[in-house]
Amino acid sequence: MSAVPLSLSGVGFAYPGREVLRDLSFTVADGEFVAVLGPSGGGKSTLLRLVAGLLPRSAGDILVKGEPVRRPRQDVGMVFQKATLLPWRTALDNVLLPAGFRRGASAAELERAQALLKAVGLPDAAGLYPSQLSGGMAQRVGLARMLLHDPDLLLLDEPFAALDAMSRERMALVLQELWLARPRAALFVTHSIPEAVFLADRILVLAGRPARVLLDWKVELPRPRRPETMADPLFNELALALRHEFDKVAA
Amino acid sequence: MKRALALLPPLLTLALILGIWAAFTGPTGLPSYLLPSPSLVGAALWSGLVTEGTDWPHLAFTLTATLVGYVIGSIGAVLVGALVAESRLFERFVYPYIIAIQAMPKVALAPLILVWFGFGLASKVVLVALICFFPLLVNTITGIRGADREMIEMARSFSRSGWFVFVHVKLPAAAPAIMAGLQIGIVLALIGAVVGEFVSSDRGVGYVIGSATVNMNVAVMFAGVLELAAAGMAGSTLVRWLHRRIVFWEGRPSHPSAES
Repeated sequence: MSAVPLSLSGVGFAYPGREVLRDLSFTVADGEFVAVLGPSGGGKSTLLRLVAGLLPRSAGDILVKGEPVRRPRQDVGMVFQKATLLPWRTALDNVLLPAGFRRGASAAELERAQALLKAVGLPDAAGLYPSQLSGGMAQRVGLARMLLHDPDLLLLDEPFAALDAMSRERMALVLQELWLARPRAALFVTHSIPEAVFLADRILVLAGRPARVLLDWKVELPRPRRPETMADPLFNELALALRHEFDKVAA
Repeated sequence: MKRALALLPPLLTLALILGIWAAFTGPTGLPSYLLPSPSLVGAALWSGLVTEGTDWPHLAFTLTATLVGYVIGSIGAVLVGALVAESRLFERFVYPYIIAIQAMPKVALAPLILVWFGFGLASKVVLVALICFFPLLVNTITGIRGADREMIEMARSFSRSGWFVFVHVKLPAAAPAIMAGLQIGIVLALIGAVVGEFVSSDRGVGYVIGSATVNMNVAVMFAGVLELAAAGMAGSTLVRWLHRRIVFWEGRPSHPSAES
């Protein structure tokens, strides 16, 4: 039995009258951070929803740890573009949502939720409601919620797109730190070239109508990546090359 | 201190109205069978509520009909609303009729309901329940349907069951709309009870007003109207207070600032 965290072969998806994705085939290895880069509205989020089991694919196979995806799984964690915290629940309860909130959580889950809030830099936010959190803080709670059940596959749907530039960079560092604590398979959707280069081991460029994988590039920058990484010649070279590729696609 | 000062303008308005009212009535003004003086109305209230206490059983009857009907109608509305919002099948069979009945003035049913359920408390309860059912039903449906799609998707992505999503995502998301429906309902409920008593009853504040009309006892009519006004205000204030307590997150932006 192959334990490849994620493997897609010939995956396609179409809404009635509109083909969104065609013939996607790739795998994500354990401990591999893969960024899916593409223009807005290009089917990246759809791809993530197919992998999450939130949408049924129209063609092909999606295997998570060797099993076909039919519905959401406990060992897959997801964050969304909007923080999607329940406004009527405290930060701690929001982190515990996958366990059925505080009432449904075991002592171990409660302890882990508190540790995760600390890990994302919010040790004192447990009792706060989402209205008392800034956008960046809310998204940190979202990251903690994704990690509650220590998933083997992370799905991140432009989690920092709604934040301002400063918060984005800080959040990228938080995410890298969480991931380095236990490197696992991650699929990170973004339309930001620097964000993809900064975070990923590998970048897939998804473009066209219907969208396909146009490029599959490795990012050979050492970890942990630091703010100085963005001044690294290799970083800039890659980002520039990706920009050229995008211009080609757009032309 | 500030609160006391805020009360001053409306109290001045009240004093002005009472002054004009008193000036046009009394021995030299309008006859008391058209418009009784404020003091006559005050006397009617005083005897009905304090010295004689004859109004209390009527008030109790009206309020019982209002509250029992309100509770039954509201629970029914939330249950049916949830069914319509969650079940395509139920919606297809039932919703068109709900829309049709909603457009109909329910008080027109009052005589029929009295024939079916008798002239006692039961018919008033049914009328009240029916009247406050529909606004809350519509609010419940739109509230549940209006739940954030991404929020639902998020809960599903964490393998949460449909029941969990309903109880912990959709229902709380609908709570502001449901509470607004409950606020409309409490006012309508009192109207329903009084209309029922007008049509036929031997008790209730509506009955007192109705029989005072026959006797041209306008002061007693005024007293009854004021009692109903007080009950209505108390009811809607209570529901508004509950609204703020239950839906404590309403009106707060979910992310006031963007910095982390």
